[in-house]
Amino acid sequence: MRREKQILGLLAVRFSVLFVMFSLFLILVFVLVRGVRVIDLGFLLQPPKAGMTKGGIFPAIIGTFYLAIGSIAFALPLGVLTAIYLTEYARLKRWVRIIKIGVNALAGVPSVVFGLFGLAIFVKLFGFGVSILSGSLTLGILILPIVIRASEEAIIAVPRTFREASFALGASKWQTVTRAVLPSALPGILTGAILGIGRAAGETAPILFTAATFYQRRLPHSVLDEVMALPYHIYALMTEGTKPEFQVPIAYGTALVLLSLVLSINLVAIIIRTRIRRAKRW
Amino acid sequence: MVEKIVTKTLDFWYDDFHALKNINIAIPEKAVTAIMGPSGCGKSTLLRVFNRLNDLIEGTRLTGQVLLDGEDIYSDSMDVSDLRRRVGMVFQSVNPFPKSIFENVAYGLRIHGWGSGTKLATRVMESIKAAALWDEVDGHLHKSAFDLSGGQQQRLCIARAIANEPEVILFDEPCSALDPISTAKIEELIEELKQRYTIVIVTHNIQQAARVSDYTAFMLLGDLVEFGKTEQIFTTPKDERTENYLTGKFG
Repeated sequence: MRREKQILGLLAVRFSVLFVMFSLFLILVFVLVRGVRVIDLGFLLQPPKAGMTKGGIFPAIIGTFYLAIGSIAFALPLGVLTAIYLTEYARLKRWVRIIKIGVNALAGVPSVVFGLFGLAIFVKLFGFGVSILSGSLTLGILILPIVIRASEEAIIAVPRTFREASFALGASKWQTVTRAVLPSALPGILTGAILGIGRAAGETAPILFTAATFYQRRLPHSVLDEVMALPYHIYALMTEGTKPEFQVPIAYGTALVLLSLVLSINLVAIIIRTRIRRAKRW
Repeated sequence: MVEKIVTKTLDFWYDDFHALKNINIAIPEKAVTAIMGPSGCGKSTLLRVFNRLNDLIEGTRLTGQVLLDGEDIYSDSMDVSDLRRRVGMVFQSVNPFPKSIFENVAYGLRIHGWGSGTKLATRVMESIKAAALWDEVDGHLHKSAFDLSGGQQQRLCIARAIANEPEVILFDEPCSALDPISTAKIEELIEELKQRYTIVIVTHNIQQAARVSDYTAFMLLGDLVEFGKTEQIFTTPKDERTENYLTGKFG
């Protein structure tokens, strides 16, 4: 009986792993096969044409790039400073716990709610309109928890002896944090930032009401312009327009570009992380 | 003998733990004073009283006086940053920063507003020379400090402390992570450094205390049992506990 249970258990875990790998494989192959047909250099470098039934997705690639950069430009400083506060300055353990619960709660907020929040606050209240700025700020808040957690872990991992050495040379707390702790934590913080960028690039709902536009003839000129973006472009192609026979293949092409983009961003983060682990000698 | 650091009725607590009990000691200038004793006797705590590094630990409390050149270093008017420039420290855990050799030595100088330039570079070079490391690193100051051996790293940490032009250098078991040859080099260096600096070294190695120091303090369970010339402590200890420790009855 014990033996049978053992065999059954082993089967269950093996099957689960197979299922997981198979799902991933299926998604990749599915998007690849359907998407690769429409992709060529023109697809990457041309704007959409003929009511989105022809042409490429260049403005959407650029737009996603802007939004990703904008969101991390906002989230990185804010997230790192928060992490510094939590790890180095906050005295009360209970206070730290409350903030951490808050950060976790932020991570659990559905992304469409961020979209609504961004609409109400950045688009309407601050008057930024539907723009790169509004979208970047909304995405920035969305990825804050990722940046905060990664920075926190990286800062905590800096050995106490570095701090002691810095203080013993006469450094103030702030000097110690900025000159001894942060440089040592930087690779870990960067990994978090890159993961954040990847997340921001792939989100649709937060930019739905705050940044994205269906179609744009020219590239945006300022942060107050609206933009096309890859995830929203897929959504638009699948829900708007009248010629699905042309639009659906373009949507798969766009999906493939987006997937490759996000996966390679994550790959960069993984490479950096393994490099640090190898190079780290303290 | 000029007294560089003097403690008067010094008591120290970690929360409820009474770590130093009524310590009265006068550390002589430009000499090597060793503080020895078994683990947990309070010798490292006493060392960290001298540069106020214990301030970093929450729940610590201190009463009594600690005078550096007659000035109370725990008075409100004391600039802790300047105190730590004057009283440098070398740690047990060999701890260079993950920066270049140059930047490690320049760290304290930049903290104290030296900026950059030839003055800084000259001081860095002089400090590395003073730490007897120059011949081994000349030409690759830009390399990571982690490329050096353990003993070299420790001498780099000494150079880092010297760069601040301190008056006192505290050594907290500087050789406990090093091999015998590296240890010998550090001890030789300490012998040289005492021409210019007041040196206090904490060690649990009795032989090391005998080799490097001019004065020796023996501590036990937070008490300063005995303090005097090293020769006298090792040949004719006045306290029975010192004798027992030196002859290996405990420790």
